[in-house]
Amino acid sequence: MTDSRESRAKTEISFAVNGERKTVHAYPMERLLDVLRLELGLTGTKEGCGEGECGSCSVLMDDTLVNSCLVPVLQVEGSSVVTIEGLAAGETLHVLQETFLECGGAQCGICTPGMILAAAHLLNGKPGPTMEEIREGLSGNLCRCTGYSQILEAVAEAASRGNTT
Amino acid sequence: MSSDSIVGKSVPRKEGRDKVTGRSKYIDDMVLPNMLFGATVRSQIPRGRIRKITFDPGIAWDEFVIVSAKDIPGKNCIALIGDDQPCLANEFVNHPEEPILLLAHPDRHLLPKAVDAVSIEYDPLPAIFTIEESERRSEAVWGEDNIFKTYLIEKGDVDGIWEKADYIVEGEYTTGAQEQLYIENNGMIAAYDAAQGITVWGSLQCPYYIQKALMALCNLSAENVRVVQMETGGAFGGKEEYPSMIAGHAALLAIKSGKPVKIVYDRMEDMAATTKRHPSRTRHRTAVSRDGKILGGEIDFTIDGGAYLTLSPVVLSRGAIHAGGPYYWPSVLICAKAVATNAPPHGAFRGFGAPQSLFAMERHMDRIAQKVGLSPAEIRRRNFLQTGQTTTTEQAVREPINLGKLLDRALEVSDYHAKKQRFANENQGGISRKGMGMAAFLHGAGFTGSGERYLSSVVGVEGCADGSVRVLVSSTEFGQGTKTVLSQIAAETLGLPYENVSMAQPDTLEVPNSGPTVASRTVMVVGKLVRSAALGIRQTLISSNLLREDYSADEFRVACQHYIAAHGPFRSWSRYEAPADIFWDDEKYRGEAYAAFAWAVYIAEVTVDLTTYSVSVDDFVALQEVGKVLHPVLAKGQIIGGIAQAIGFSLYEKVVWQNGRMQNSQMTNYIMPTSSDLPPIRVFFEELGNVYGAYGAKGIGELPMDGPAPAIVNAVEDALGVHFNSVPLLPEDIMDGLAASSQESGVGSADEVR
Repeated sequence: MTDSRESRAKTEISFAVNGERKTVHAYPMERLLDVLRLELGLTGTKEGCGEGECGSCSVLMDDTLVNSCLVPVLQVEGSSVVTIEGLAAGETLHVLQETFLECGGAQCGICTPGMILAAAHLLNGKPGPTMEEIREGLSGNLCRCTGYSQILEAVAEAASRGNTT
Repeated sequence: MSSDSIVGKSVPRKEGRDKVTGRSKYIDDMVLPNMLFGATVRSQIPRGRIRKITFDPGIAWDEFVIVSAKDIPGKNCIALIGDDQPCLANEFVNHPEEPILLLAHPDRHLLPKAVDAVSIEYDPLPAIFTIEESERRSEAVWGEDNIFKTYLIEKGDVDGIWEKADYIVEGEYTTGAQEQLYIENNGMIAAYDAAQGITVWGSLQCPYYIQKALMALCNLSAENVRVVQMETGGAFGGKEEYPSMIAGHAALLAIKSGKPVKIVYDRMEDMAATTKRHPSRTRHRTAVSRDGKILGGEIDFTIDGGAYLTLSPVVLSRGAIHAGGPYYWPSVLICAKAVATNAPPHGAFRGFGAPQSLFAMERHMDRIAQKVGLSPAEIRRRNFLQTGQTTTTEQAVREPINLGKLLDRALEVSDYHAKKQRFANENQGGISRKGMGMAAFLHGAGFTGSGERYLSSVVGVEGCADGSVRVLVSSTEFGQGTKTVLSQIAAETLGLPYENVSMAQPDTLEVPNSGPTVASRTVMVVGKLVRSAALGIRQTLISSNLLREDYSADEFRVACQHYIAAHGPFRSWSRYEAPADIFWDDEKYRGEAYAAFAWAVYIAEVTVDLTTYSVSVDDFVALQEVGKVLHPVLAKGQIIGGIAQAIGFSLYEKVVWQNGRMQNSQMTNYIMPTSSDLPPIRVFFEELGNVYGAYGAKGIGELPMDGPAPAIVNAVEDALGVHFNSVPLLPEDIMDGLAASSQESGVGSADEVR
């Protein structure tokens, strides 16, 4: 990616992040992850592996869950991105953030932003998932601390409370 | 404790809100003005002499800061137990990925290319890669004999038992390396100032280990080395010793450049270059009576330490002390040794030697059961340690444990007997086989033997003018819940709301050395010190007549204000004192090895698919006695998380080595469990209470790593009737094992096994 980054000029790219319109001056092949973290200061999105395996950098792009380490920033032109910073309404936590806190869904916290976005994406498409569907829906996001049980509980609990959008 | 007590309640995690909103600051989230990015040039060969280093002229080297061993102001070593490990290789390299040069540049994108543009020529030397090669001593790669450390634990007269034995049972068991695989890679930022010295911020477990290492490396006094922990995205032991190396590298670049330097590893570098769990080999030879009683035995426990000493002696010690399991040995001889190879040094990982030696013990118990003709449950029941008996180090078991009862309860909740019978019938046909396996084990909390006395940990509690208290410890949070549980203890002790307690950021400028955050010691040892420091605050206010025995949070605030107005900052300190009845002989390796043991019985139910040879764990029961559970949600999270890592250790996580280098240093080809791979893990706590720790808590963090591997492999053996004595146990191993077994028994196909 370094070569293509250097071989092309920076360009203006506009997209919405957490409902706000942003224009960045970036190399077209720069990773969305780096643009979010370094250009826009949204460091809640984490890098775990840099190759799309761990899901720590998950964000929603036009309501689709993507690994932002695999998305060249050019691709987000005109789209709408939601990061962990966009989930809570001010100081009022999203129901998933609440249940992750209560059920022990976050331990070290590094996978948590991506995991919560993956869960939000799951619940958007399927408001009342079975435990198996939750397991399957989160299987692209790795967590080394929890063994997942308390994360699954948190998602099931959020689903049962409703208001997951 | 009253019903409104804070201890025992699942209060919100102190830093939880920041974690679920993405506000927590990890090292890679931190940026300093004029910061450079650092990278490491590493050895490409396992062993040899550096002949020549050339810099490709295609790179604008004058833009880079370059550091070599010559730039080290102090001693070129990572000071820990020994000082054999260089910070930067000077003349010789002893393992692949050994750091040789450091580069820094303002544009991090230019670093990978620059690292590739440094060519190093070597005169290669012969290298060794296995325990057996190291033992043969065809090459001395460390010292004269490749041996880092040996221990001998001797109890009773082993020589005399063999002729009394009805059975002599022998076995050899091995475990592989395992990567900690915290999701946040290692990272550090260092800044240097001639007046103030070095400050490093990073992802780490042990601030004072890093301070010690930097003092030696940079030739600075303690006042001139400041270490600050940032939010840390998982550690599991993997951020116990290697962060001292990275901090050293960042510090050297910062000193030479005069600018702050950030080094953050990518996944591949982190996996290939940093520590892993020690590979091990354990040999058992056990004398057993006709009725299944262990009469005595010999245990030979050997671990591969990699190229430098690092923490291997301590890992070896814990592994050796746990090698006899939760059983009574009238006599035993445990010979333990850590050997050198030309792999990157192996290091701390949750369990710290115990998962290795307990895998062997618990596989061996099933083998003994078969020889004697008893069930796995019965052989264990007949040999469990009882109150009043002594462990292999002759530590008397004083607490009223009843391991037989734990076993009964585990059998009951797992529906063990009914399932075992059902599987025996169902396993006759079809394309899969099911089995049940168990493991009984123990884990000692805190540093071994005299360790806590040497550490002499200090803890502070500060009463603030706003009526809150601040806990001052170097104990770090990396997911386990350190901040939460220590706050609970302080709040409970002072009778204040949990919200009125905060934790100081671990910063050597601010907090005392309360020891490293390792060895399941934080709640039990540091927690107890927090309680006594908090009592000091209370006592001081009461004896100064500022507070009555019974007080409200408001009265406490007013009292603190008065005290601070009169005397300045209000801090109470507490230092570890060894209990009077703890005796340990470092020479003979005998005595009270641990202040407390946690005890457990785990039961695994597995299915082996005879088409793909894959194993799935269908149910997992984890029953343990860990003293008082201070925070049920966190405690359960520790147990389940540890079991998940141990299932990975058992069935998925294989480090593929070639000439000392990890070949699969990516999450794509080193496979850890996902949410789809894990069974429901059912956790049960039996609280017996322990007089030692704060509010009766024992250590809990490492225990769950010890039992799953033997329980799962025992279950696979139950399903297939084939012995497997190594982990990880991958489908190809099962295929080979079945093929070998059907050749032996003359059985033609996998369908007919059993």
